[in-house]
Amino acid sequence: MLDAIGAERIEDLFDEIPESLRNAPIDAIPAGMTEMEVTQLMRRRAAQDVQPACFVGAGAYDHHVPAAVWEITTRGEFYSAYTPYQAEASQGTLQLLYEFQTMMSELTGLYASNASLYDGATALAEAVLMAVRSNRKAKSKRVLMPRSVHPYYRRVVETIVANQGIELVEAPLDDTVGRIDPEALGRFEDEPFAAVVIPQPNFFGALEEVDRLTDWAHGLNALVIAVCNPIALALLTPPGEWGSEGADIACGEGQPLGIPLSSGGPYFGFMTTRKQHVRQLPGRIVGRTVDADGRTGYTLTLQAREQHIRRSKATSNICTNQGLMVTAATVHLSLLGAEGLARVAAVSHERTRELVQKLTAIDGVERLFDGPFFHEVPLRIPAPAEEVLPMLANRGVLGGYDLSQEFPEWGPALLVCATETRTSEEIDRFAAALADALRNTGQRARA
Amino acid sequence: MSQVPEDLKYTRNHEWVRVEADGSVTVGITEHAQESLGDLVFVEPPEVGTQLQAEEACAVVESVKAASDVYAPISGEVTQGNEALADNPETVNTDPYGDGWIMRIQPADTSEIDGLLDAAAYQALVADEG
Repeated sequence: MLDAIGAERIEDLFDEIPESLRNAPIDAIPAGMTEMEVTQLMRRRAAQDVQPACFVGAGAYDHHVPAAVWEITTRGEFYSAYTPYQAEASQGTLQLLYEFQTMMSELTGLYASNASLYDGATALAEAVLMAVRSNRKAKSKRVLMPRSVHPYYRRVVETIVANQGIELVEAPLDDTVGRIDPEALGRFEDEPFAAVVIPQPNFFGALEEVDRLTDWAHGLNALVIAVCNPIALALLTPPGEWGSEGADIACGEGQPLGIPLSSGGPYFGFMTTRKQHVRQLPGRIVGRTVDADGRTGYTLTLQAREQHIRRSKATSNICTNQGLMVTAATVHLSLLGAEGLARVAAVSHERTRELVQKLTAIDGVERLFDGPFFHEVPLRIPAPAEEVLPMLANRGVLGGYDLSQEFPEWGPALLVCATETRTSEEIDRFAAALADALRNTGQRARA
Repeated sequence: MSQVPEDLKYTRNHEWVRVEADGSVTVGITEHAQESLGDLVFVEPPEVGTQLQAEEACAVVESVKAASDVYAPISGEVTQGNEALADNPETVNTDPYGDGWIMRIQPADTSEIDGLLDAAAYQALVADEG
């Protein structure tokens, strides 16, 4: 073969790749294992997983998923990660995606939805790109990105948009309430923005002043991008109704809607928008129409700006969707209904209030911020989180997210969350374990 | 052969240009271009006030098959976009040289207009591509 193509060595085929970027030989990878050996290894690993009570949120949430959801989702008729290649031949899949879009439109109060994106962080990056394309009047590629947006999301957005000439400007936090300070935004009014990102609830579970922020952004001719927890939207004002005109784009992480935590993925992102921006909406979009005999049918629509037609000028070049996750979310939402979803949100919040009350009864544990929150709260603790968390884990409790990793200025702090799946018994176990852990670290500090 | 009016100028990208009495120019896409695109479903004219360089992509015409760029035939400032196309994009199909115009430009340098194709040269170009 090398003779036939005129190459001396196999390495010659990789000449284009600079030496410094090529991988060294991969000695670290061990020899292969048989099926039996892999099964034995996985059993040992599974036995190490002690199924702790999870009080970590920070972007992924441990909600109850009815058994029927994945029973239906993994049926052969649905079992695909993608929209089908011969899309219109798969009417059932398209109808399901259309139902999903309808549900997301209703949850967010916006006109149109796509058939999903990769995850919440990339959905926000796509929303930023979309806003800059859509807002031609602003003649600006600056986007206001508050510090109250998930730090991982901010990093993903920076990675994706930095090389496209888009500048992310950081809006500061009000340290007493853990949310954007609308009063402090005046100094950003001198230069135009294409868009302003508003999280609801924000990374700390705090509720932003969305109406005021939306009207402020629109007053500057900037578009408003809402980043939302879909469960929270069952109780909170939908982005489409924020301020006097509503947000322009809503996006977020779909995992809370029937997707298990699964060590971080696969999850899915969602995105909806107003009618006037629908041609800039990235990804696949399913529409409903009628066939030649007047019967209802479903079809992919607005494809003229997708990458298989517009190539490099497409609205997006990472417009993957998460078909299987969306199938689960659609089944999940159908089983819960609007009222069921609102109850999940209300009970999760009630659990979190109970958690906060029991944890802040411990000496030295207090809320980091005042103000309204939804089902997630940062707590100041009197010992480093990196010491406390392993002690809690030994007592079967995942005791929250260590906030000092990203926000060291606030000292030791845990971001804790309880969903409807956490029982009072588990909350008591958490409180007892935390009290003991703090006593132990306190004694060690005095010794 | 599609219609190519004698009194207009043309580009290799299938735009037509008409010089108006006030010195501004009106720009649209040719009958040949609209025939190739098929039924238009959306037209996005440029924002008024935009400064254009000749050959710059400045508007989008979208049919059921494809979304295509419209290029500025000459340099200048956009003075008007055809807002009526927002509700009736099909006007570009039915009347490409009339009500289906896309934008008006105030030329930065009128000599650029002289460099455009005349009807005969454009006809030859289309025949060549055919």
